[in-house]
Amino acid sequence: MGASWSVQDFRQTGVTQSGPGAFFLFCFWKTWRPSVEKYGQMRFLTAEAKVSAGRLNGKMREKTLTMDTLNPQVKAVEYAVRGPIVIKAGEIEKYLEEGGTKPFSEVIKANIGDAHAMGQQPITFLRQVVALCTFPELMDSPSFPEDAKWRARRILQGCGGHSLGSYSASPGVECIRKDIAAYIEQRDEGVPSDWENIYLTTGASDGIMTILRLLVSGKDSSRTGVMIPIPQYPLYSAAISEMDAVQVNYYLDEDNCWALDINELYRAYQAAKLHCQPKVICIINPGNPTGQVQSKKCIEEVLHFAYEENLFVMSDEVYQDNVYTPDCQFHSFKKVLYEMGPEYFNSVELASFHSTSKGYTGECGFRGGYMEVINMDPEVKAQLVKLLSVRLCPPLAGQAAMDVIVNPPQPDEHSYKQFHQEKSSVLGALADKAKLTEQILNAVPGIKCNPVQGAMYAFPRIFIPPKAVEEAKALGMQPDMFYCLRLLEETGICVVPGSGFGQKDGTYHFRMTILPSIEKLKVLLGKVRDFHISFLKEYSALE
Amino acid sequence: MCSIHTVIPHPLFCCCYETLNGKCLALRTNITSFSKAMSENGALPLRGKVLTLDTMNANVKKVDYAVRGPIVQRAVQIEKELKEGVKKPFEEVIKANIGDAHAMGQRPITFFRQVMALCTYPQLLDDNKFPEDAKNRARRILQSCGGNSIGAYTTSQGIDCVRHDVANYIQRRDGGIPSDPDNIYLTTGASDGIVTILKLLTTGEGRTRTGVMISIPQYPLYSASIAELGAVQINYYLNEEKCWSLDISELQRSLQAAREHCNPCVLCIINPGNPTGQVQSRQCIEDVIRFAAKENLFLMADEVYQDNVYAEGCAFHSFKKVLFEMGPEYSSKVELASFHSTSKCYMGECGFRGGYMEVMNMDPEVKAQLTKLVSVRLCPPAPGQALMDLVVNSPQPGEPSYQTFMKERTAVLSALAEKAKLTEEILNTVPGISCNPVQGAMYSFPRITLPERSINEAKAKGQAPDMFYCMKLLEETGICLVPGSGFGQREGTYHFRMTILPPTDKLKIMLNKLKEFHQKFTQQYS
Repeated sequence: MGASWSVQDFRQTGVTQSGPGAFFLFCFWKTWRPSVEKYGQMRFLTAEAKVSAGRLNGKMREKTLTMDTLNPQVKAVEYAVRGPIVIKAGEIEKYLEEGGTKPFSEVIKANIGDAHAMGQQPITFLRQVVALCTFPELMDSPSFPEDAKWRARRILQGCGGHSLGSYSASPGVECIRKDIAAYIEQRDEGVPSDWENIYLTTGASDGIMTILRLLVSGKDSSRTGVMIPIPQYPLYSAAISEMDAVQVNYYLDEDNCWALDINELYRAYQAAKLHCQPKVICIINPGNPTGQVQSKKCIEEVLHFAYEENLFVMSDEVYQDNVYTPDCQFHSFKKVLYEMGPEYFNSVELASFHSTSKGYTGECGFRGGYMEVINMDPEVKAQLVKLLSVRLCPPLAGQAAMDVIVNPPQPDEHSYKQFHQEKSSVLGALADKAKLTEQILNAVPGIKCNPVQGAMYAFPRIFIPPKAVEEAKALGMQPDMFYCLRLLEETGICVVPGSGFGQKDGTYHFRMTILPSIEKLKVLLGKVRDFHISFLKEYSALE
Repeated sequence: MCSIHTVIPHPLFCCCYETLNGKCLALRTNITSFSKAMSENGALPLRGKVLTLDTMNANVKKVDYAVRGPIVQRAVQIEKELKEGVKKPFEEVIKANIGDAHAMGQRPITFFRQVMALCTYPQLLDDNKFPEDAKNRARRILQSCGGNSIGAYTTSQGIDCVRHDVANYIQRRDGGIPSDPDNIYLTTGASDGIVTILKLLTTGEGRTRTGVMISIPQYPLYSASIAELGAVQINYYLNEEKCWSLDISELQRSLQAAREHCNPCVLCIINPGNPTGQVQSRQCIEDVIRFAAKENLFLMADEVYQDNVYAEGCAFHSFKKVLFEMGPEYSSKVELASFHSTSKCYMGECGFRGGYMEVMNMDPEVKAQLTKLVSVRLCPPAPGQALMDLVVNSPQPGEPSYQTFMKERTAVLSALAEKAKLTEEILNTVPGISCNPVQGAMYSFPRITLPERSINEAKAKGQAPDMFYCMKLLEETGICLVPGSGFGQREGTYHFRMTILPPTDKLKIMLNKLKEFHQKFTQQYS
């Protein structure tokens, strides 16, 4: 549907909202879902109101699939990272392409961690190996290095008919699973990893959904509860909605650099137990959208908590290579669990996730990823394999890309120097940009930004004047959505409102990536600063 | 130091604030020394698993997917045993269980792989060994990727220019009937699209729960997804005596029966048929559409084998085309989703997980919901999208790659036609096996007569008789097939599915082994 939203549209519809239709909408709103006030939901309500109106006129819908008959869990799904603001950004881009004029010449999409779209160059070695796998005739080409050819040959030998075009086994190509296990063992300084616990996935999202799907069961107060951080990456809330599980929020401590507080876990857990059965705890480390890197001690506390309360642990570690602050270090949940001793290591059920999309490679389009599952009941593991097999296999090119990441050039190999140089240059630039973003944002009155210790985003808190909050609410919009829409319309910068990730009541944020090139990022941050100041002025003047 | 579990009792029903707080304080002071506590005090309380067969999602447990089921797992095991030097009455396992052309030795289409390599490693655009038409296509695809990289996320619906190319292809294929790129969604293989549409459609409780009509025999993706979504499976039987054709009175019967206990709203058709290989006549498609219109059913047309038609007198007719030729009364009303893929036809590029679906007459609000739902998974793999683009925008006469492309394409399709014929012929010479003509797709699904004693022995083992048969076949000959029970069949009949993909000489050997086995098996149990 080519629906178009802008603050202006809302202002216009606001005029008609004094009519009886608006009152109906309002009542429907209040009775149907009093706790949810999100902008996305607003759209669905508008749609339903239309359907009902059609019925009143005696015009029966002939369609089988309508908003009334649609799977209600699908309706409940929200995914802010590609939500209304991004759709609006796409529309503005088209408008500009067609010669339309705006106060800016291009839309900067800082809404999603899409490194290549922001100009980051692919790692040469990775692309060489995948190209060789794709078109093995290139094995004869002198312009490809031997170490790339060697890897490509090895991957192809693991493929049916030596072709990337055959299905792989559903858990993934065997030699790639072995390489991943070896990589994990090396990363975790010798903690054993069994390749049969490794499952290749279609990006990390696919793995996360699959594990949640296994875990969700029960009815009413025995329905599976899934503990997720707030703010969270909205894949989690979307998956929970889609599966009709119960979302259990635990709040990260913004005043303490978005650290996870074990007391808050207990509070959330105890409160949830009254109405569901909390069975899973999800952790994102380094944090998305919040950029914190968890300390080892904190991970120990979480694992002990999971051990005590019998929770399945899901640790989303897709940003494991993205740690920028010198005093922070990535600790895998697996390794910490091991170090806590065999009682823990042999008992806590843990699934951890990695991906080709982040790190220094940023290969999002390949949809590569893996998960490692430990201590899973063998019978359930058989069920997992069965479930994966229905979708046949993850994309082979993504599996090959994953293989290069876990098996990069070694110091004695020809491609090492270039590889190493490319890798350090990406990670070095990201560290610079993390620092720069924090510094510039913190210089703006009314914006406060925690250090971006890791991952790819800043999630600053923004002060929105009460008058602006009022205006947003009158438009049926979250105040930070209102803010971000205005930012988009006035500057072309596309960021995602904090309400899409969840935040403490009464606080407002946005998520922006730190991925644009340094020059572009500086321009972007300058524009955000100017916008914010003028926004504050505009709405303070109204007081 | 006391052990952790005495300081922190397992909190069953206590949620009083003080207790909670005290507990956390205790935890804070003790947490750092828990390993020590453990070693001093021995074991911590026994911790059961969170996720067991009893606690897991019950719908997942019900999922069955025979194409990669126990028989295939055993085949993999046997392959390993062979590698380890275990002696078997055969030298290799022939996996005729799955439509995986490349694994069976089919070569990729050169042009496709050239473009894919160029997209992956654009430095090759300077290499004069690559033809210009391949370079042009690669440039065009990359230009519509973020940052000109196939490593960027695409829009969730798929790359814009690929969707346009798909729409143009459909329009050409269907003799000019318009196709709107806004109705095209790229998918991760066809399976992904099918599951997504079923997800939208599944709703209600008890008698109002969505019923999904599927053919029997069916491709088990359907039954598996229905089980996973907790929808109701409604079987309609294909007519084996009439070459697996679809009979409208059977549709009517099964719909009527289903209305007693659920709300049938979807009708799934696989054409050309999997596993049954029939190609639907235009008349039959028209009848199905009329039926769907009358009964208010959402139509799902699985057309992934649209290029795989072998039998003389058969032609592929898309549901979309027939729908439009039936006039606006139908074409503006019947909701239809049709599916295509890079995995079958002449290219057989399964590993890239490329595919698309076209949705017709979908409520615009629902379409927005569909777009939202697919956005949660971000995007289908970009290489698969690029490959799909090549399938719908293949070399044209006058382009440098045209001749080679056509030669490769024709070679694959005519070999398949030959193998379809060969399979039918050889199987029909075996007493106790009867095989319908393989008009299209990639499989034969012969009916096998099993001796009473073997049926009893299978049942005593708790196995479906055709599973028992296929397991024995695997153990004795190394041939891996899928028993008919995995696809569904009329009670008391037995079948297996085998692909026609092995190279002709290998296929002949395989069919002869099968013949011998069947004769021996029949003797042994008679």
